[in-house]
Amino acid sequence: MTVLLDPTSEQSPASRERLARPDKLRGLTVGLLDISKPRGDVFLDRLDARLTELGITVKRYRKPTVAKPAPVPLRQQIVGEVNVVIEGLAD
Amino acid sequence: MPRPEVTLPADGLIAVVKRDCPTCELTAPVLAELAAHGGLTVFTQDDPSFPEIVPGRIDDTALNVSHTLKIEIVPTLIRRVDGRDADRTYGWDRAEWERVSGFQGIGAGLPAFRPGCGALNVEPGTFEDLLVRFEETGLTARRVELGDDEDEFEATFERGWSDGLPVVPPTEQRVLRMLAGTTREPKAAVGLCPPNLAVLTVEKVAINAVMAGCKPEYLPVVLAAVEAALGPAFSMHGVLATTMFVGPVLVVNGPIRRQIGMNARGNALGQGNRANATIGRALQLIIRNVGGGRPQEVDRATLGNPGKYTYCFAEDEEGSCWEPLSVERGVAPGVSAVTVFAGFGLQGVVDQKSRDPESLSRSMAESLKAIHNVKLAPACDAMLVVCPEHERTFRNAGWSKARLYEELYKLCEIPGDLLVAGARGIAEGHSPAVAGTIRNKFRPGGLLIVRAGGGAGMFSGIIGGWSSGGPTGSLPVTREVKS
Repeated sequence: MTVLLDPTSEQSPASRERLARPDKLRGLTVGLLDISKPRGDVFLDRLDARLTELGITVKRYRKPTVAKPAPVPLRQQIVGEVNVVIEGLAD
Repeated sequence: MPRPEVTLPADGLIAVVKRDCPTCELTAPVLAELAAHGGLTVFTQDDPSFPEIVPGRIDDTALNVSHTLKIEIVPTLIRRVDGRDADRTYGWDRAEWERVSGFQGIGAGLPAFRPGCGALNVEPGTFEDLLVRFEETGLTARRVELGDDEDEFEATFERGWSDGLPVVPPTEQRVLRMLAGTTREPKAAVGLCPPNLAVLTVEKVAINAVMAGCKPEYLPVVLAAVEAALGPAFSMHGVLATTMFVGPVLVVNGPIRRQIGMNARGNALGQGNRANATIGRALQLIIRNVGGGRPQEVDRATLGNPGKYTYCFAEDEEGSCWEPLSVERGVAPGVSAVTVFAGFGLQGVVDQKSRDPESLSRSMAESLKAIHNVKLAPACDAMLVVCPEHERTFRNAGWSKARLYEELYKLCEIPGDLLVAGARGIAEGHSPAVAGTIRNKFRPGGLLIVRAGGGAGMFSGIIGGWSSGGPTGSLPVTREVKS
């Protein structure tokens, strides 16, 4: 019998259940995360205006660079300040 | 297979011999003499009928006893007291044998001294088999048992461990031999491997290096490359996840290049050299298997590039009048190092007519300015691989590498008017604000120059980089190769 050594990390990435989406945004704080992709701000500015019109509290965030994951302090700040996050992924 | 049980005499003498050893043949009468006194057990490594003149010899062709006794040389004579080794000698040395056995005047007709021979249990291959059999490998990776009818090569594909080409099945024996290439402990952590940030140990590096086809002596280079790629400056996560073409490109400098037979000359960036091919592949397999970075998953490349199988070459330092890339980047001369650069493909610079450095550098600059898009500046970092016949032109004119950098940066300045979106009939480009300014194709430090290639052909090459090159994206990283 051939025995091989596992070349992987032996830990499937933890698959986590997504949080249930809220039924409505009223009363919640929405974070808009600009990942520093070109024209992401155009998309988010529009969302900001629409959500604000509806009386929803909006907070804006920006990653320093698209090339790296968001710094931990930024992630923690977002988690601490908002209920929902919207980000623009592509340019 | 369960770990073998080995029972040894608690007291008395033990000898371990093999027929294929002239010194063992020589000492056979001595063994018979000692056996006649009683209390001697002889174990035979190769031929159970040897030595014929010793009654009661025991077959150790499975080498379990030899391994348990840690025999390195035959003949070995051991005195056991209360279940422990009290004394031992190896080879034939009358005085030593008299001391260990406690009998004087043995082997009267023999020369006083003869060296022994290597024991079979420590032969390469056999030794690793014994470590596996005795569960003494010290390896902690999960064991994957294949089915009796399962093809070991197909099995690696089916488990998703391959980059698309066959891999060498990572058996315990092969991984043990690979680990002999480094002094580092198998369980030592090398870093966190993106994208899943899994802990990468030396053992996991060795497993993937086996799969890539590396020899043990390449392992220090693989380890240096991995360390370079895993640091935050290189941003391996981003290099993997980008839709752009790039992957890690490795340039090896220093004496290790020749020690492991890397190719820095003809076809240096092509196929055919085991070290070049497998070192780059090992890094990619590690990102895939340990980090979990697979195409169409976290690897979002639109096209990718063939260098994502492997992209590794050596700089031709001996043929160059310039300082090696590693020295330029702060490593002491004569020290082996690996530089990792986020790059893709190869764009040729064909210039067979320039005979002065001014013309040739202009040729190179025009080609450099085309990377990604002629309308984009700065676009990305780039590595210029200067071929010998082109380097000769600079050498003959007395141009140092620093001079070439300086001239190329100057020549890569582009009037902003040409870069405005829509200018030259091309929608791609920058905002109108760049009009009237001068933009450089490269950020300061964004150009790397190395020398490689065969002696014939005025064909240098450009390895393009990532649009996010630079401090906010991926920086080239150089690490020393350590044993």
